[in-house]
Amino acid sequence: MNRADAIVVGELKTDIPDFAAGDTVAVHAKVREGNKERIQIFEGVVIKRKGGGTNATFTVRKISNGVGVERVFPVHSPNIDKIDKIRAGKVRRAKLYYLRELRGKAARIQEKR
Amino acid sequence: MAGIIGKKIGMTRVFNEAGKSIPVTVIEAGPCFITQIKSKKVDGYEAIQLGFDEKKEKNTTKPLAKHFSKAGVKPLRILREFRNFQEQEKLSLGGEITVDTFAEGEGVVVSGISKGKGFQGVMKRHGFGGGQQTHGQSDRLRAPGSIGQSSYPSRVFKGMKMPGRMGGDKITLKKRRVIKVIPEKNLILIEGAIPGSVSSIVTIKR
Repeated sequence: MNRADAIVVGELKTDIPDFAAGDTVAVHAKVREGNKERIQIFEGVVIKRKGGGTNATFTVRKISNGVGVERVFPVHSPNIDKIDKIRAGKVRRAKLYYLRELRGKAARIQEKR
Repeated sequence: MAGIIGKKIGMTRVFNEAGKSIPVTVIEAGPCFITQIKSKKVDGYEAIQLGFDEKKEKNTTKPLAKHFSKAGVKPLRILREFRNFQEQEKLSLGGEITVDTFAEGEGVVVSGISKGKGFQGVMKRHGFGGGQQTHGQSDRLRAPGSIGQSSYPSRVFKGMKMPGRMGGDKITLKKRRVIKVIPEKNLILIEGAIPGSVSSIVTIKR
């Protein structure tokens, strides 16, 4: 965390579950349509966590209708209502970019126990 | 007009109510002290001199030490002059100016000394396009091209854009939005990048 980040530390969220790459999460993202607001759930595997302080982001990957979809969320964004950790995965890397080349059974991640 | 002197701390981002991420520069501004009030009668123009960043008495030269003791303030490292200060008549020597003179959402003018880039070519310094990369060109990639005509005028015009020292200039940015003011820590958060390196001195005016 750099000095500038440390200053805005009061703005960081504290209710974030402890999750890492390989875990399956459901992100409850707030979507604004006109002046209505609703919650959209994006569920998938976390393939990376990046940055620190307010700059921290994480990337969630899922297969939607046979197409791989990745979404990057800022960890401390007020547009994230809640992050549910569904499953802890056992992986040997911090960034799971190799999942992009894999399909179906090969793209499974063993559960951590 | 109101003004303050500050020190750049670095950049980060904050989220606004809509959840949008805004890049901000964090500046530690003030407390500044009024070290001199210049008047038309004595100095020929109206201005106030602000001081910022305390230093030790032993590191202060005697003429400056006297200058500070006249104003009744501790020795300060940085002195800057501001003209057209608001209600100059009401200000008193030694008075304190803090960040809360600025409010969230207002536009400010920020000046600083940009980072020195050293001796740079025309592509970086003036945004030239450089030469062709193909068609048999060998050493023209970052060349400036022609710098003038032939026997008339037989010279290069003054002000021709050429390679040279870049950066280290005073840069002034207008209409920078104040995102947040934290008076307890003497901090002001301004949207976007501000000229200069971390811990360089900037002045903020309204």
